[in-house]
Amino acid sequence: MSPDHDPGHDPADDPGHDPAHDPAGDRSVIRDSLGVGVGVGLYGVTFGALGPAAGLSVWQTCALSLLAFTGASQFAFVGVVASGGSPLAGALTSVLLGGRNVFYGISMAPHLQVRGWRRWAAAHLVIDESTAMGVTRPTSRQARLGFYWTGITIFLFWNLTTAIGAIAGEAIGDPEAIGLDGAVAAAFLGLLWPRLDSALTRAVAVVGVVLALLLVPITAPGVPIILGGLSAVVLGLVWGGRARG
Amino acid sequence: MGDLWWGVLTVCVGCYALKLAGLSVPPVILEHRLTVRATALIPVGLLAALVAVQTAAGDREVVLDARLVGVGVAVACLLARIPFLPMLVLAAAATALTRLVT
Repeated sequence: MSPDHDPGHDPADDPGHDPAHDPAGDRSVIRDSLGVGVGVGLYGVTFGALGPAAGLSVWQTCALSLLAFTGASQFAFVGVVASGGSPLAGALTSVLLGGRNVFYGISMAPHLQVRGWRRWAAAHLVIDESTAMGVTRPTSRQARLGFYWTGITIFLFWNLTTAIGAIAGEAIGDPEAIGLDGAVAAAFLGLLWPRLDSALTRAVAVVGVVLALLLVPITAPGVPIILGGLSAVVLGLVWGGRARG
Repeated sequence: MGDLWWGVLTVCVGCYALKLAGLSVPPVILEHRLTVRATALIPVGLLAALVAVQTAAGDREVVLDARLVGVGVAVACLLARIPFLPMLVLAAAATALTRLVT
């Protein structure tokens, strides 16, 4: 470890001697993290309810929240399987979506400075929200506070509400009667929405929608998502490259 | 073990491996400009395709039904900055109601 590179790091064990010690700031980071953590953690109930609706068992649904623990990827797997796609196509879509977590890890690694089993444990908490609540902090100490408090809170609530949703979902029986299929589409839209912040991403999204729908009649279920979505990404890279010159 | 379990297992192992890679791999390898741009766009393309399929895919055909109303309500909620969970409930309710009356 090399605490020299970062004055906000390591004296966490001895806050009295940390020049960056800021109890009020720390409390505010923890409060924000708990708020985000509980809010996001609660919608695990929708994921839980979707599992049985897609044909997964309660155990399979809970295993995804416990072991994969990355919302968009979990929704994607269940969404593809629910629409008749093969579990393999679902898994491929899901893991591709999880690719962004690599970059979250890269941006958090300098703040976390974790080795050995701690790295294995911290890695599991690398998701959209924990990273967002971490990387924006002025010191590494507060980056770690935001990351761990958000990540652990979401992990606990997400798994609890997944189990509740899965058991309730299995009891409901007909998910379409309560409009759950409409809610899944809404969930994907909600995850997509904040990313539509530039002309390029909006263009990629529109092309993704159009290509996927064109592919629906001519390919197996699940294929329109992977092929349509990735073709849109390739076009986006070409356009983005041109715009850049 | 059934296909579904293999799928679940692949998702769990794959997603965890990606998270661990981010904390373990020297950044220079992955901070190539094209990789960074692709990673920003992949969720956009895939999520857009997922929205489309989940809204309008039937059995190998495009169908416009109650789900579209649910998504319309979701758009209105997002524009009105209504939080995620209430948005999902409203979208589900709109889908179910439309299905009930049509």
